[in-house]
Amino acid sequence: MRRIEEAVFKALMVISLFIVLGSLLAVILVVVIRGAPALTLSMVTQVPQGGFYLGKEGGILNAIIGSLYVATGATLIAIVIALPFAWYLNQYAGKSRFADIFRAILDIATGVPSLLYGAFAFSIMLAIGAKTSLLWGILTIALFITPLLARSFDEVIQTVPFKLKEASFALGATRLETVLYVVSRQALPGILTGILLAFGRGIGDAASILFTAGYTDSIPTSLGDPVATLPLAIFFQLGSPIPAVQARAYASGIILLAIVLILSVVSRVLTKRYMKYVIK
Amino acid sequence: MDATESVAPEIRVRDLHVILEKREILKGISVEIPKNRITAIIGPSGCGKSTLLRCINRMIDLVEGASVTGEVLIGNVDALSPGIELTELRRRVGMISQTPNPLPMSIFDNIAFGPRIHGERDSKTLDATVSRCLKTVGLWNEVHERLYDPAAKLSIGQQQRLCLARALAMEPEVLLCDEITSALDPISAKHIESELLAIKNEYTIIFVTHILRQARRIADHVIFLYLGELVESGPAAEIFSSPKDPRTKEYLEGVFG
Repeated sequence: MRRIEEAVFKALMVISLFIVLGSLLAVILVVVIRGAPALTLSMVTQVPQGGFYLGKEGGILNAIIGSLYVATGATLIAIVIALPFAWYLNQYAGKSRFADIFRAILDIATGVPSLLYGAFAFSIMLAIGAKTSLLWGILTIALFITPLLARSFDEVIQTVPFKLKEASFALGATRLETVLYVVSRQALPGILTGILLAFGRGIGDAASILFTAGYTDSIPTSLGDPVATLPLAIFFQLGSPIPAVQARAYASGIILLAIVLILSVVSRVLTKRYMKYVIK
Repeated sequence: MDATESVAPEIRVRDLHVILEKREILKGISVEIPKNRITAIIGPSGCGKSTLLRCINRMIDLVEGASVTGEVLIGNVDALSPGIELTELRRRVGMISQTPNPLPMSIFDNIAFGPRIHGERDSKTLDATVSRCLKTVGLWNEVHERLYDPAAKLSIGQQQRLCLARALAMEPEVLLCDEITSALDPISAKHIESELLAIKNEYTIIFVTHILRQARRIADHVIFLYLGELVESGPAAEIFSSPKDPRTKEYLEGVFG
């Protein structure tokens, strides 16, 4: 009887595994099959030329560069805010109620749909009369990924064993030195993973920057210029009735997937490199 | 072992009380610890050995809700005075824990950590410190070709010797050793013991242990604690051969503990 139970539940687990892997594979397959024919060299080396949106020559270099600008800028801002936040929460706030309340607020913030962050930023832009631009795109995405990053930093920093902090204090280190040189060093692989995941979320999000970053066929030359992004490029091209343009939407999807894939490989390599210093 | 008596005391503990969550862990300890000798603190588990140790470098501060009163004079500085610079106190009073706790960095950086945070920037000085400390603990020959490897890769015994070297790198006056061989294999434990014996003329070593044979092997001076009270202290030879207090006698005979 218990052997049957074992077999049934094992089968259920394998089925869930296939559902997860299968759906991911299906998405990738559809995007690749429909996009591959349109994925030419000019797609990644040129900005849209005249008649691009009717299926004529040009590429989406504007959106590739734009997305990298937005996601990189936003990730940098988010790190600068989230890291000290997580340090403070762990090293100074300790197990106080204050820290618990902050963690609860962060959890809510990570659950807010990105569209609402976009709407919030847009309302501020309206109030101060700002125009859609790279700067506002970066700020919106930063707003959206900072809570994610703060919570993931907080999680990894919480797992740092107390005996390491103790060792550092016993050597005469201050709290600041302990958190900068010991705690963060131990948490580094997790911190890197968190950063790359947040970058991935930022580069893939369309809703939050729909109102704030604008869209343009050229590569922005200043923070005040509007900027094109890959998710919006996919969105606009997919809405076209012309099949050639639709195919390009899928080709843009392949490019976005490739960026995310490269990131996750880089993150794995870095994590492995720093993992060997970690004390178990 | 009369020599112990003639040495000026390095540490004077006076009327030390530690209360933790309404329980009195140390009940008014007054004791003197001689300079540049190995002093063993012995006693059954829970008698307050580690707590006494942690008052000397104020690591007791990390224990939430602990209240400490009394005096712990190191030379002429009271370690318990509120105005004391903790970073400087902990530079003077190094500590090695029960289980090895290397930092998440290379062998070199583990030893250079202390000197660096205390302001040493010169790389030649750091190089010299690292090799000197590794030689003192007998680890140099084993690791000098892989100083930049992670400390986590060393064996447990090597890690504990690294922790000893790390403490020595700060040029402390006092070394606190909290059952530092209890997590080690017998051979590594023997290494550590002989290293402590080799350096004892330069450092005041306070060694917590519940292994009586170990205390007999290495201690010059003994402090016997029982249920938070100081029962007896004095030169090791005297305590082990003719204890004055019946409780010491019973503990040494293995009646309890």
